[in-house]
Amino acid sequence: MTQAQATPQLTVQARNVEVFYGDTQAIKGIDLDVRTNEVLSFIGPSGCGKSTFLRCLNRMNDTIPGCRVTGSIELDGEDIYHPSVDEVLLRARVGMVFQKPNPFPKSIYENIAYGPKLHGLVERKPDLDDVVESSLRRAGLWDEVKDRLQEPGTGLSGGQQQRLCIARTIAVSPEVILMDEPCSALDPIATGIIEELIHDLKEKFTIVIVTHNMQQAARVSDRTAFFHLGELVEVGGTDDLFTNPHNKRTEDYITGRYG
Amino acid sequence: MDYTKSGKHISSQFDEELKEVRNAVLSMGGEVEKQLTDALRAIKDSDHELADKVLSNDSKVNSFEMDIDNACTQLIAKRQPTARDLRQIIATFKTIADLERIGDETKRIAGVAKETFSSEQQHLLASLENLGQLVLTMLRTVLDAFARMDTEAALDVHRTDKGIDQQYEAMLRQLMTYMMEDPRSIPKIMDVVFSARSLERIGDRCQNVAEYVIYNVHGKDVRHTTPQSMEDTVRKGR
Repeated sequence: MTQAQATPQLTVQARNVEVFYGDTQAIKGIDLDVRTNEVLSFIGPSGCGKSTFLRCLNRMNDTIPGCRVTGSIELDGEDIYHPSVDEVLLRARVGMVFQKPNPFPKSIYENIAYGPKLHGLVERKPDLDDVVESSLRRAGLWDEVKDRLQEPGTGLSGGQQQRLCIARTIAVSPEVILMDEPCSALDPIATGIIEELIHDLKEKFTIVIVTHNMQQAARVSDRTAFFHLGELVEVGGTDDLFTNPHNKRTEDYITGRYG
Repeated sequence: MDYTKSGKHISSQFDEELKEVRNAVLSMGGEVEKQLTDALRAIKDSDHELADKVLSNDSKVNSFEMDIDNACTQLIAKRQPTARDLRQIIATFKTIADLERIGDETKRIAGVAKETFSSEQQHLLASLENLGQLVLTMLRTVLDAFARMDTEAALDVHRTDKGIDQQYEAMLRQLMTYMMEDPRSIPKIMDVVFSARSLERIGDRCQNVAEYVIYNVHGKDVRHTTPQSMEDTVRKGR
């Protein structure tokens, strides 16, 4: 592990984050930093709060009735829960890719062009063409779709659709990409392509990924955080966490033992 | 963390497979220990028949190594082990490689047992016997340490090796004196030197196994470190 920088640059700083769904507390007092241009993965059993925490990072929980978030989450030193923050703009800075590919029922081109147009990032058609091409290229999809940009995005294979969604996310030049089990609906080949893509994307973006596939976390991430029963049990370098975890609960989980 | 009381895997088959590998290593260790015991006895009693048995039994040790290698490979392919399961398998791979080499050294010692020594030369064999018993104790201790994943015992084994090295050097000096006094005896004495050398090498390999035990339990690679840092690792638990 060569990430032993003295002070890594931080993109996200979460402090004492707690989330309640009504009276039920989903996550408890989480302190966690996301370093710039790292891939950080969240692992843990179902219901451990990892997706809930991920969704806090771009305020996706705001859309859930009865959901309450306390504590502070800063993006580049700015409190994202401050009343003056525009959630729509926030979600452009912190993009998200979901478990099931969810392209818009529009053409491949429109899927990518939608965000940049909405946010007024480009005005002229040639510029838009450039954004569409570069986003598709960065998502490793360009060669497969360049001759059929006007065809519906939903006509692509599952793996291609997921890459289309990643292209759509990066089209608005976010800082952070959140991925909520991005490969769980994909076959091993498509999964491998996405993992390769994640590796390429971290040059430009900071990536936080929730995965149920521990081998995937081990393969793609620089650091791994283990959640259990709403707590952050352990976070550390992936190389270390998978060979020599410090916490017994982490050890039991990653080795597949009863908790 | 109490190593022996680890929780069970959700897949009981995985538990079973890990246990089988561990038991196979212990059986292999038992076989190697028996080989060394027999080789030393063959020298002491000039028992050529026993020496032959040691030579032919080495293939058992070899096939243990191949079987365990295969079982570990299967475990990695099928289970993608992590953390201490992974460390157990890595430590196993390395331990059995050293055990196999201990088997080879033992074979060399048994080869010497087939030589005929005159009655004046018997005292040469006595010092070999001493060194042999020390090394045999060391091998037993390290196999126990492996069986119980006892890092304190592993640390003890590591310390013992120094004594063995000293005894080996003292023995060499003595043997060289004999060679100078009576050059005709050089070929026979060289045989004894090679056996002593084999015993010393076995000590080193026991030391390696002790290091794998510490790695397995604490997840820290203590090879090529100072005795002090090894001790710290064991004391602090990581």
